[in-house]
Amino acid sequence: MRYIEPHAHMVSRTTADYQAIAQVGCEALCEPAFWAGYDRASAQGFYDYYRQLTEYEPARAAKFGIKHFCWLCINPKEAEDPVFAREVMSLIPDFINQPTVLGIGEIGLNKNTRNELLIFEEQLEIAKKYDQAILIHTPHLEDKLKGTRLILDSLKNAQLDRERIIIDHVEEHTVSLVLDAGYWAGMTLYPESKCSPARAIDILETYGMENIWMNSACDWGISDPLAVIKTALEMKKRHYGDEIIEKVIYRNPEKFLNQCPNFNL
Amino acid sequence: MPTKKDIQDLYFMDARFKLLEIASFLDRIDRHDGEADFRHPAFLKALAAMQSPPAGTSRTQAVHLSLSDHSTEPAHSAGVSFAYGAHQTQPLGA
Repeated sequence: MRYIEPHAHMVSRTTADYQAIAQVGCEALCEPAFWAGYDRASAQGFYDYYRQLTEYEPARAAKFGIKHFCWLCINPKEAEDPVFAREVMSLIPDFINQPTVLGIGEIGLNKNTRNELLIFEEQLEIAKKYDQAILIHTPHLEDKLKGTRLILDSLKNAQLDRERIIIDHVEEHTVSLVLDAGYWAGMTLYPESKCSPARAIDILETYGMENIWMNSACDWGISDPLAVIKTALEMKKRHYGDEIIEKVIYRNPEKFLNQCPNFNL
Repeated sequence: MPTKKDIQDLYFMDARFKLLEIASFLDRIDRHDGEADFRHPAFLKALAAMQSPPAGTSRTQAVHLSLSDHSTEPAHSAGVSFAYGAHQTQPLGA
């Protein structure tokens, strides 16, 4: 079963994970820039990280026939210091024209602070300036509802093409806020938080199969690189046919990502 | 689409298992020494919300909403950088 993994943090994963997802049909993988499990001590750390995202990971993925793409930004968890964040953001133009860069992401909020919101809005301006698609991280757990509302309010003022923006990590209490406002929504499949495969399918059944994707967001924490394909198998258990499963795990992400000039399969 | 019976066949045992995990978690809290923090009443409130969701709200949404921060203004600073899973109206130790 072919699929696209639209959100994975492979810098934190082993080469065996690339092998495993290739074996179950992963054709392309998209890696947003995010927190690497620790705070980087300098902007130079991000320069190295952006090189890893744009040079090293595409080569590592290619060994298994997987196309690797990435998004660039400073993540909200490391954006609390605006001076530091702006220093990191100043590096983005050096990388934005690399051939596998999809856009700006995953920007967003972590603890819903004023500084996070300030840097989020400045990165929206970068996306606008360079005509880039946007991938947005919504906060965890008890902070998600408030963060999603703050992000949607902020986006209202930004005058961006909503069809080129995906708001990720939606759950049952935020998905309709995102879809009803005209944005794409992403569901993340985690073993201990966010969505389980069963709940993700419930969301699809309740809110429809349009403008939505699901991802493993596998990273340095408890996460599963095979989560997307396991959810596809769960859909089979609920009697979904191959066509609708392929729509959710392949054609939906393909449709959104085709808006990014560098995306190609 | 699967029927209600199909859904039970697929998920009843798993849900039964998780229900017992919740019950034993609450028993464990009761049995051990010390004071539970804000997460315990938040958890009990979310359980009640699940059993009696407001009109137009699913049980899952009711649990999410019960555990969420409903304030609307951005925070001055991050405080802790992680999430507890339940909204804390006052900082721990306050």
